[in-house]
Amino acid sequence: MNLFTEIRESIIISLNSIRANKARSFLATLGIVIGIMTVTTLQTAIEGINRAFEKSIAAVGADVLYIQKFEWFGKDDWEVYRNRRDIKWQEYEYVERNMNNAESICPTVSTSALVTYQDFTSENVPVFGTTEEYQRTLGMDVADGRFFTKRESDGGWAVCVIGYDIKESFFQGIDPLGKVIQVNGHNFKIIGMYKKMGSMLGLFSLDNRIIIPINKFFKIFGTRRSLTINVKALSVDALEDTKEEVKAVMKRARHIPVGGKEDFGINQQEAFKQTYESLTGLIKTIGTAITLLSLIVGSIGIANIMFVSVKERTKEIGIRKAIGAKRSTILLQFLIEAVTICVVGGLIGLIIAFPISLVINAVLLPTAMPLWVVIIALVISAFAGIIAGFFPALSASKLDPVDALRYE
Amino acid sequence: MEEIIKTSDIVKLYVMGNEELYALKGVSMTIHKNEYVAIMGPSGSGKSTFMNIIGCLDTPTSGLYELNGQNVSDMDDNELAAVRNKEIGFVFQTFNLLPRSNALHNVELPLIYSGMPKKIRLELAEEALNKVGLQDRMMHKPNELSGGQRQRVAIARALVNKPSIILADEPTGNLDSKTGDEIMELFDNLQTQGNTIILVTHEDFIAEHAHRIIRLRDGLIESDQITQKGLKYQSIKTITA
Repeated sequence: MNLFTEIRESIIISLNSIRANKARSFLATLGIVIGIMTVTTLQTAIEGINRAFEKSIAAVGADVLYIQKFEWFGKDDWEVYRNRRDIKWQEYEYVERNMNNAESICPTVSTSALVTYQDFTSENVPVFGTTEEYQRTLGMDVADGRFFTKRESDGGWAVCVIGYDIKESFFQGIDPLGKVIQVNGHNFKIIGMYKKMGSMLGLFSLDNRIIIPINKFFKIFGTRRSLTINVKALSVDALEDTKEEVKAVMKRARHIPVGGKEDFGINQQEAFKQTYESLTGLIKTIGTAITLLSLIVGSIGIANIMFVSVKERTKEIGIRKAIGAKRSTILLQFLIEAVTICVVGGLIGLIIAFPISLVINAVLLPTAMPLWVVIIALVISAFAGIIAGFFPALSASKLDPVDALRYE
Repeated sequence: MEEIIKTSDIVKLYVMGNEELYALKGVSMTIHKNEYVAIMGPSGSGKSTFMNIIGCLDTPTSGLYELNGQNVSDMDDNELAAVRNKEIGFVFQTFNLLPRSNALHNVELPLIYSGMPKKIRLELAEEALNKVGLQDRMMHKPNELSGGQRQRVAIARALVNKPSIILADEPTGNLDSKTGDEIMELFDNLQTQGNTIILVTHEDFIAEHAHRIIRLRDGLIESDQITQKGLKYQSIKTITA
């Protein structure tokens, strides 16, 4: 008897038997349903979070170092950070002058301010001061109009570039270019606009900001704020070299001896990634544990029901053996039955998980159930079926035909 | 005449705890092609054990059993399964059909196990059902058929693989006498068409359909006789030959 006919026949038998015991089969496979549901929902959600993360992390350039007062994800005690000095304009100038391994460097400083245009006002709008090198360093291109020039920057001209949200809330249906807005009462002429960029990990918007020349910023808001020095490396590969140089240059600027510990933070996208990955890693571990547990419980349920099924069908096994079924045929028949029950359970799990993924997509974050998750889920179900069905199937295949035929 | 079954000194020993029980104590006999034999005996005579061995469901403790020229007495499970599939057609007292499958599929089953392609399988199964007069009941499940019809399905299943012997264990035991007669008539016809038939029964009027009666008692052959019908059949055969 060839394997193909054998498998086909076994699938027909098992579907018949599932149909004959609908409620029992469903209850038996519930563990698998829950397991597959958890694993697919979780994977789908993680996939969504990953996509959102990749999208927002792009705003933090992979080849840019951010020299700041603090590290983004400091691991030391607060004591270590408490007495840190602000980063000063002079330090920026020193770094700017002395760095060799850098594509470009720009300082940024920020605050929030009251913004007015005619009758519209908005409080707490983030305002950034920077130089003309901002564009090249952080790679954010102006969509409409232009960025300010070195002359405008050095001279502290009253010009600004606005984010997408500012344009939307103040200038509906009007072209903002050339219009004048007030920032804390000071007039600024709009010379450029950004396109929509979204938010950083859903936390803060990249579109709600006004960018002005740093010298104008100092005039309005003072010079007491700590700066960020943004250093773009020559390439992503050269990032580590650049980082070493930045560290050395900053230490010299602050007169810290070569062996001394730096009192500033050098941040980079990598730090975000590491933190993010340890977080999703935790979610994955917990999810995998839940999945594994429900699959184990599910498999035990299937194994149990398969033993019952073998017992109930002892006579049938006897008949099949009498008319020529080999051991392997009987083994395969019950194995396939267990696999079929599990795969059906897996499919039910997927059918339940799919609308959940749509809800997540609509309410929480953009996501989609990836095909590979569906395939993996079904493979896992089949595998659980093989594990669960093996011993019951083996016991069925070993039945003595004479005893089995006599069984009532 | 060609020898289909040849047993020599078949012994079957059952060990239950400390007790040893000889179900068969040395049974030797030969059955030829196209014979019509009834095996009789009271309960405990070893009749069932002998039938299981003849049917390759069980193997003897010692002794030799040749079926259609091959020694089956020390075959393993899988080889025996193949022999059962190819050489033996079983008909049981309780019909033993698969309850969830229709008549056609029940008859098709031995052919599935012998690996026959679907098209030929269906043709042969339909042909076998025609032969037992159930051509218009093929799609019915066992619970939609009468006892006699179920036994006809079982006979069709036994015939479909064109086995060397048809082994019927109390084939009329669960049927009323009229239906039983019809089933026995069917066996008689099958024999005249060239099949070898072995009936296992304890009813004399069933055994009388056969041409030869082998009686077992206490694990041994008590008698081996030709019946009236057998004598008549032989004389007719000799005349026509």
